[in-house]
This record gives sequence, structure tokens and C-alpha cells, in this order.
Amino acid sequence: MANLDIKLKVDASGLSCPLPILKATQGIKSIESGQLMEIVATDPGSVKDFDAWSKATGNALLEQDAVDGKFRFVLRRK
Amino acid sequence: MTVDAAADKPKKLVIICYSGELEKTWATMILASTAGAMDMETTVFVTFWGLQIFVKDKKRITGENWMQKMMSFMQRPGASHRKLSKMNFMGMGPWMMFKLAKKYNVAKPKELLEMAQAVGVTFLPCQMTMDMFGIKREDLVEGMGEPVGAATALQLMTEADSTLFI
Repeated sequence: MANLDIKLKVDASGLSCPLPILKATQGIKSIESGQLMEIVATDPGSVKDFDAWSKATGNALLEQDAVDGKFRFVLRRK
Repeated sequence: MTVDAAADKPKKLVIICYSGELEKTWATMILASTAGAMDMETTVFVTFWGLQIFVKDKKRITGENWMQKMMSFMQRPGASHRKLSKMNFMGMGPWMMFKLAKKYNVAKPKELLEMAQAVGVTFLPCQMTMDMFGIKREDLVEGMGEPVGAATALQLMTEADSTLFI
């Protein structure tokens, strides 16, 4: 995994749908275009949801992994 | 490289918020807030029982005449006072729902409404419903749009990419 310059880290662990997405929206609006945000969620539905959110908003999903029931996403603001 | 259509022209969603029960209120708020978060141009037309959701929580009685007042007395208005269509059990059902929501970190309708407004979702009250129930602008939560009628709702629906009647 490349060393990414993460501007903002958001913890959405334990939150149910649609809160991880709403938190991501709040977060991405607080950074500049081109900057990166990392978000961690435990909701298994968030894997498909972040893919859909990324496609709909144009904020690119750069990385995604799952470790010990935690889903991590790295997104770049459009 | 595929060009993302969404990047050029925002998708439009219209929700007709007709029902006032707790479970349907939840559906409306979840979809409206998420649509706003997905940069969809989202408009919620709030009509009939749905308008009860958007009366301020602390407002107990609405209306001018005894019939309107009686209606609001029999079904308490406000996003935090919704009843379930099934298993309401004199309020035990909603109480348990909120307990479960808290345990599993599910946002309440009231919180989702505020988040929806924060991501730019427009809520338009139905003028006819306001007149019939005697609900005034100041009875409604802050940040709602100008009251409109069926023609505006239909025009929005025909221009939308997706329309829901909840």
C-alpha cells in the first residue's frame, strides 16, 4: 500500500446506514478538492454503499480494505 | 475511460412524503438525507399526514377551530412523536424502536431531517394541507421552502430521474 497523504480521518465505526455515508459527506466537504479522506466503518453494507456514493458524487474511491470487521475507505475529493 | 454521467448533470429525486407513521417517516428521512449526500437534487413534497412530521416537536396543538385542534390532539405532531402503523401498543412499539435504534446507532428521524437539510434537501409543504389542518408557517420546523400545490409537485416529478411516494 502506497503512503498516502491523508488529510482527514473519519471514524464511523458502530454506525448504521446511512450514517457512514452522511459522515463521509460532512468530512469530504471540509477538505479541499484533490485532498484525501480516510473513513472507517463497521457496517458491512457500507462496502457497496461507498462504491455507489463514489460513483454518484465523483469523489474517487482510491483504496478499500477490510481488517477484523473494519472496513476502510480512502476517498479523494473531486 | 468511462465518463461519469453524474459528474455532468446532477440526478434529481422527488419524494412525496404523504404518510406520517414512524416507519415511513424513517424511510423518507433516510432516503432524503442519503440522496442529498449523493449530490442528488432532492425535493420532498410534504403533504397530508406527512405534514404532521414537520410540525415543531414542542408544538402540542395546531389549528384554528375545534376540529383542527382535536385532530392534532388525537395524533401529536412532530418528527419525534410518530406512531407505528403496526405494533404501536399505546406507544410501547415506538419506545422499543427508539431503544433499538440507540443500541444499533441508527439515527432518529429528527436527526436525519437535520442532516438532510444540511446537505441541501428542499422540503416543500403542501398549501392545501396547511389550510385544511390549520397549520401555519411558524408551526413548521425551520428551513422549509415556500408552500406549494399539486401542480408544482407534478412538474417536479415529471422532471425528476426518480420519484417516490411514501
